[in-house]
Amino acid sequence: MTEASTLRPGRLKGRSGKTWREVWAATGFLAPAIVILGAFSLFPALYSLFLSLHRWQGLNPVAPFVGLENYVRLLHDPAFWSSLRVTSIYAVVSTVGAIIVGLAYAVLLNGPVAGRTLYRIVFFLPVITPSIASGTVWKYLFDPTQGVVNSLLSTIGVTGPQWLVDPAWALVAVSLVGVWKRVGFNLIIYLAALQDIPRELLEAARVDGATPWETLRFVSLPLLGPTTFFLLVTSVIDGFQVFDLVYVMTQGGPLGATDVLGFFLYRNAFSYLDLGYASAIAYAMFLIIFLVTILQQRLNRAGGAYA
Amino acid sequence: MPKNLLAKLAPHILLIPGAFLSVLPFLWILTTALKPARKLFAQPLLIPTYFHLQNFVDAWNAAPFGRFFLNSAIMTIAIVIGQTFLSAMAGYALARLKFPGRNLIFMIILATLMIPFPVTLIPSFLVVNWLGWIDTYQALIIPRVVSAFAIFLFRQFFLTIPVELEEAAFLDGASRATVFWRLIMPLSGPVIAASAIFSFLFAWNDFLWPLIVTNSTEMRTIQVGLAFFNGKYGTQWTLLMAGTLMASLPAILVFLVAQRRFIEGISTSGLKG
Repeated sequence: MTEASTLRPGRLKGRSGKTWREVWAATGFLAPAIVILGAFSLFPALYSLFLSLHRWQGLNPVAPFVGLENYVRLLHDPAFWSSLRVTSIYAVVSTVGAIIVGLAYAVLLNGPVAGRTLYRIVFFLPVITPSIASGTVWKYLFDPTQGVVNSLLSTIGVTGPQWLVDPAWALVAVSLVGVWKRVGFNLIIYLAALQDIPRELLEAARVDGATPWETLRFVSLPLLGPTTFFLLVTSVIDGFQVFDLVYVMTQGGPLGATDVLGFFLYRNAFSYLDLGYASAIAYAMFLIIFLVTILQQRLNRAGGAYA
Repeated sequence: MPKNLLAKLAPHILLIPGAFLSVLPFLWILTTALKPARKLFAQPLLIPTYFHLQNFVDAWNAAPFGRFFLNSAIMTIAIVIGQTFLSAMAGYALARLKFPGRNLIFMIILATLMIPFPVTLIPSFLVVNWLGWIDTYQALIIPRVVSAFAIFLFRQFFLTIPVELEEAAFLDGASRATVFWRLIMPLSGPVIAASAIFSFLFAWNDFLWPLIVTNSTEMRTIQVGLAFFNGKYGTQWTLLMAGTLMASLPAILVFLVAQRRFIEGISTSGLKG
């Protein structure tokens, strides 16, 4: 961008002085960012890998190099596999649920609906509410005997399950809260994408005799493909890292039914102080998230996946 | 005519149940936080009919919510200021200054955005521990005082400002620092606002990091304090909801005040705070 200005013949004389001044200015402007990101992002990412190759338990000053021992241990740990299953279910349910609901409501709000701004605010409120506060409330809304959810269900003649107390239902409840927290975000993104669709395309479909449903199915939805892809990828990444909701709603219980990877990592690191092993868990999470993202990209490129 | 009316009402028939589920927890928090404990299960559950403000006093006395609130406020304000100005400075250098390795540094900063938080969690904790910062404001603030996301946001914005503006200022003998603070920053209102809102919600709502770097009750942020309160006073729903209300209100108020800009920011950048 500034290439041209520095190379202009008239400037050549003062060039080296100017270059040095720019380097000094850049150092000053960038130093805080580089120091902080270096110390609390880059170094930790590498040091995590280093730790994962060492056995370091408790406050033991000695941390011998053990190669891949922690990773081997992880592959033989039933708690890890169970946690991976639980996390995958949470990531898939919260992602797919929030995408379907978010898309449906975006389509409805894209029409001439009264009160669109109010609806947007209402649907977005859960997104900005602290997850600790949300989890705390939902924990009590899901109370089997006194909770609002079951009392609403009973008014339509349904006997609600035991929710967070029941290993079969706890993960469903936590995933539903994940959906509740995510719908508004998806809705806003979809609504923006819908409004970017050229009017002429929709007009042309109508002229050709397409019903509103056909226009949606064969014109709008395919054009929303990249948006859906973006939401799928970011939402799965977030889903794999869920922690706060589980911490406050279930502490991983009952019987490990909601023991997501984030909580499994937290327990090993900060309750058992098994830092080498916990670092291996962290890198395993990194790898899983990376692979799932690559897989989604492949599927996306293979085409037709979201149309 | 009736058909027309039906078409107008149809979307609302589908939208209202969703909107109801969205606000249901908020209605319940408000109703429960304002109820005397003995009326906890009395109908209505979702419309405030009592105004028992004593719950807030009781919650405030049962746990140092005032202190939690103050800690969260100090941490949040410091992070908002830091993330805005330090990230803007870095973004400016990456957008405008010429120096060796600029693209490499930019790529590395972008790469840090891809690192999942769990991967950096344990070593970041160890760094804070080595520095002797456990249970201090430094631990809550310094590691998050720069945001790679905000750097990216600012850089992209600065690239859209015409270079000619700055060149005119340089001809008048202004320095880089003067140009940045006096010319560029005043032009950057929208992006400063967007970055500040993202930072505010991130810091106020954050839980895991404050949880692991604080141990004393006095240093807990409001989210951490609420989570512990939940464990300890889990049976006193009215007090708990008074605490939950205190923990959520600042985030909700900031969102309501800035919602237009916030939603625009999200839909145009397609990015999350």
